Amino acid sequence: MIGASKIKQYSNVLEKPLSKGKQEVSLSAFAFLFSELVQYNQTQVDNIAELERRYGVILLLQTMFLGPWAAGSEIVHNQLCRLEDAGYAVGARCLELLCHREKGNRRETRLLGILSFVHSTVWKVLFGKVADSLEKGTEHEDEYMISEKELLVNRFISIPKDMGTFNCGAFVAGIVRGVLDSAGFPAVVTAHFVPMEGQQRPRTTILIKFAEEVLRREARLG
Amino acid sequence: MATTASFIIVSRNDIPIYEAEVGSATKREDAAQLHQFVLHAALDIVQDLAWTTSAMFLKNIDRFNDLVVSVYVTAGHTRLMLLHDSRNDDGIKSFFQEVHELYIKVLLNPLYLPGARIASSHFDTKVRALARKYL
Repeated sequence: MIGASKIKQYSNVLEKPLSKGKQEVSLSAFAFLFSELVQYNQTQVDNIAELERRYGVILLLQTMFLGPWAAGSEIVHNQLCRLEDAGYAVGARCLELLCHREKGNRRETRLLGILSFVHSTVWKVLFGKVADSLEKGTEHEDEYMISEKELLVNRFISIPKDMGTFNCGAFVAGIVRGVLDSAGFPAVVTAHFVPMEGQQRPRTTILIKFAEEVLRREARLG
Repeated sequence: MATTASFIIVSRNDIPIYEAEVGSATKREDAAQLHQFVLHAALDIVQDLAWTTSAMFLKNIDRFNDLVVSVYVTAGHTRLMLLHDSRNDDGIKSFFQEVHELYIKVLLNPLYLPGARIASSHFDTKVRALARKYL
């Protein structure tokens, strides 16, 4: 073998140490993989017949009466769900691994604690920097927003006009939802584009809306 | 010295995903069910206690006759529960930490669904070896 190195071969993955290892992954490799993931989702549901087979007559009727645009929004919604589910699996594992590595086995029991964990630790490990800002929503008590000037996963993606509401940041929203849900703070997490004047590309905001029980428990814990 | 010890991993949704009798005493038929019953009864206490502290190791949360339940709660609210009759707190804490690392390695498998049963025989072997070492 050319350049055979002396890497220790472990007979079973359970024997491998949990150390940090190499921290960096090539951005271009990840962007390529992510674009394939998005395209794979798109080709899963690309015609009405497929929709009908998967979701039955109800959706077909809805399409017939409300027109193809309704089906289009269903398609977009389904793609978002799948991207988000992919992120959810990553988030659940991120939480366990990072709490073990970075925080020396201390759990988060408070809302602000878990939010700052997501905002700094998770972002730093996944994207190499802390998130740009963490804000509390003004209209509702249970809303929080993490903003980022340009999400790393969106850097090489442009959305065509006819899929206006589709945001590949749904993957990152899924990661955040995975972390929060596994830690016991169920929430609805979505990614939105926020146009900023003076800048060509809109800012991305991850909107987190916590469930009732989280607020009740927070109030009980004081 | 023969010790009775029953070890269970319970997922976030209160479903046991792994169980093992790790004590060195001989296994009795009725004792196994009793152990499981006591451990499940302790789940309520763990649920309340888990939110009051940010530590992972909660010791001695419940007693039954002379058996004591100790629990280790991970970040994802997976509970590692041990029913035992010894008083070796440090050994138990080290045992929990090692099993926690094993659990993280199992969880990192992308084909493993979080909350599903852990069926790996390697995992079983390693947990029993750890139990012999620390308990």
